[in-house]
Amino acid sequence: MLANRKLILAHFWLAFAVFGLALCLGAWQMFVRSPLYVWISDPEWYYRSVTAHGTVMGYVFPTLVAMGFGYAITESALEQRLVGLRWAWVGFWLIVAGAIMAMVPVALGRASVLYTFYPPLIGSAFYYIGVVLVVVGSWIWVALMSINLHVWKRAHPGDPVPLAMFANVAGSYLWAWTAVGAALELLLQIIPVALGFKATIDAGLARVLFSWTLHAIVYFWLIPAYIAFYVIVPRAIGGRLYSDTMARISFILFLIVSMPIGIHHTYADPQVGAGFKFIHSAFTAVVTLPTLFTVFTICASVEIAGRLRGGKGLLGWTAALPWENPIMLAVAFSFIMLGFGGAGGIINMSYQLNASIHNTQWITGHFHLIFGGAVVIMYFALAYDLWPHLTGRSLPDLRLVRTQLWLWFIGMMVTTFPWHWVGILGMPRRMAYYDYTDPALSPQALPVTVSAIGAFILLTSGLLFLFILARGSTASRAEAGPYRFSRPLHPVRSVPLALNSYGIWLALMIALTVTNYGYPIAALVARQDTSVPAIYVGAQ
Amino acid sequence: MTHPDAHQDTGIAERTERRWATISVIVMIVLPLMAAYAGIHQATMPQPRVETIDPTRLHLSGEFMESNLGTAVEPDGAVTVRAIGQQYSFAPSCILVPAETPMMLRATSADVVHGIMVQGTNINTMLVPGYVSEQSMRFDKTGDYLMPCQEFCSFGHEGMWGKVRVIDKAEFASRAKNGGRLSCVGE
Repeated sequence: MLANRKLILAHFWLAFAVFGLALCLGAWQMFVRSPLYVWISDPEWYYRSVTAHGTVMGYVFPTLVAMGFGYAITESALEQRLVGLRWAWVGFWLIVAGAIMAMVPVALGRASVLYTFYPPLIGSAFYYIGVVLVVVGSWIWVALMSINLHVWKRAHPGDPVPLAMFANVAGSYLWAWTAVGAALELLLQIIPVALGFKATIDAGLARVLFSWTLHAIVYFWLIPAYIAFYVIVPRAIGGRLYSDTMARISFILFLIVSMPIGIHHTYADPQVGAGFKFIHSAFTAVVTLPTLFTVFTICASVEIAGRLRGGKGLLGWTAALPWENPIMLAVAFSFIMLGFGGAGGIINMSYQLNASIHNTQWITGHFHLIFGGAVVIMYFALAYDLWPHLTGRSLPDLRLVRTQLWLWFIGMMVTTFPWHWVGILGMPRRMAYYDYTDPALSPQALPVTVSAIGAFILLTSGLLFLFILARGSTASRAEAGPYRFSRPLHPVRSVPLALNSYGIWLALMIALTVTNYGYPIAALVARQDTSVPAIYVGAQ
Repeated sequence: MTHPDAHQDTGIAERTERRWATISVIVMIVLPLMAAYAGIHQATMPQPRVETIDPTRLHLSGEFMESNLGTAVEPDGAVTVRAIGQQYSFAPSCILVPAETPMMLRATSADVVHGIMVQGTNINTMLVPGYVSEQSMRFDKTGDYLMPCQEFCSFGHEGMWGKVRVIDKAEFASRAKNGGRLSCVGE
């Protein structure tokens, strides 16, 4: 059992509890804006719900999963006592306080600005300060990850950092720098206005600063899933990790190229010129590399498992894989969703194709498929994998676990495929109501209905997940043994310094962000004529 | 794993990995090249420069005064559509344009962030207060197109739908003869 199980369980339980609540909101939203429901009498409730759903799913849930998983990795990969346990609890309680502080004004309808903020719309200052507290709490975790690795390195000079920890710390640095964009927007632009110190704001600058965070944050969300691909999957299905080096290169690539690509979210914006849009588009192409490398390495690792189990032939080994193992099922589903979601992402990164789907339901379909699908199903998998080590009890019913994963996969397909389709038909995002009786909109009625049914399949699966975890906490006791990670095909005896430390890569990460964002931000800051009056939301 | 040809296996593994990495890098290079080609050769570029405007004075003077909104045939024969987005409507709410004519849409916001999207086309741009958005457009077919606001602009967002009416080129020319600004509001 893990020594810090209380800390890790606190993170996981809070993460999955708020996930369950936000999932209910999501299903409700899909229902009320579909033809299954007559008419939402007060659309303002819908936007409250969207704000809460986005804030929880975007900022609170994945951050807590990354933190809890990070503490588990620190302890089990480094095989040393967690340094700074008290600070870890401070970080946790900051997130609790921040989440409550942010959600109260949202529930009261005083901050229906969506999780992307959209100034010059301005909501209650408590909402933004709450979000800042959540981020500050997570920065304590970043510091702890770094300190723990430092302590280990001092005790093991020259030894290769275990892959799980190497990736985990890379993810934490990525998050620290990712959050800076939105932090600047909140601290320098929005919060002074929300507190009444200023009455105007540069909406264009705010959008550029937010784009710095908005794209890279998705890599922070997916890093725990990718860590699970590399260090859990091969071990859980009886294979070997094909290449430890490729894994390190992938995480380093994420660190470098996640930030300098965010302007691809503003292709259709008037405040950034075409030149930087093209540069960011080109850099977005680079970020396909770590994913392509990962897909190759994990497929090869899975093939090793298939062949070790007696599988033969070009594809015959797939039949020999342990399909009854939930981790096997989860990684297969995750890759299918990653494939479709990634293909959609390549459409979004091209500014010619982006124009046909920008801000349509295609985009919402896309990020639900890739985050809610490919990534969250791996959150389920890593929770299932860790649970016996956290509770000291074995998960009782693997059939139920498989059912849950199947339902999530089917639900995600049923929800997001029609969602993409209505986006191609030109259905705009974030509306509380659509008039499906309009002849131009009536073709969207059926796909939206199907999508809403998918949302309820997802809700069923999500609640089943919580039920399985709760039951796992009261099942019969069983010692799970130490928590181990997958072994590489070739034992790692030494690793080049560049693949064992971060200095040069962090320098490159910051330098590329400065070259790709420096001019667009400086040009807007230098202009005096761009501040516009704030429009306050809700508070009457 | 013990295998008599362990060395040979390692060689195969490394070659396969290298091949895949090469393919990945080629994909990574080809994608931006395609974007650059389409952008330069077919002129499908986003707005090239940044233009600002004071949203609090739109109605008082200048390009986006009410009397100047709608579709204009400029002295050089070019067609320009000027529009503004505001909570929760577009002005003009029905935009009248000729078919088979390259045009320029110039638009901005009077309050918060909005977006203009014309369904069934790739006309799609953000309206950010303080900045002017410019987008070239051309319609091949006559008919009515819905034009929703595509960005959350507060509680009335779901009601912010405009329309584009594309009419025959000759009919448009005859309506534009007397000058002024054309729209289909109230038709």
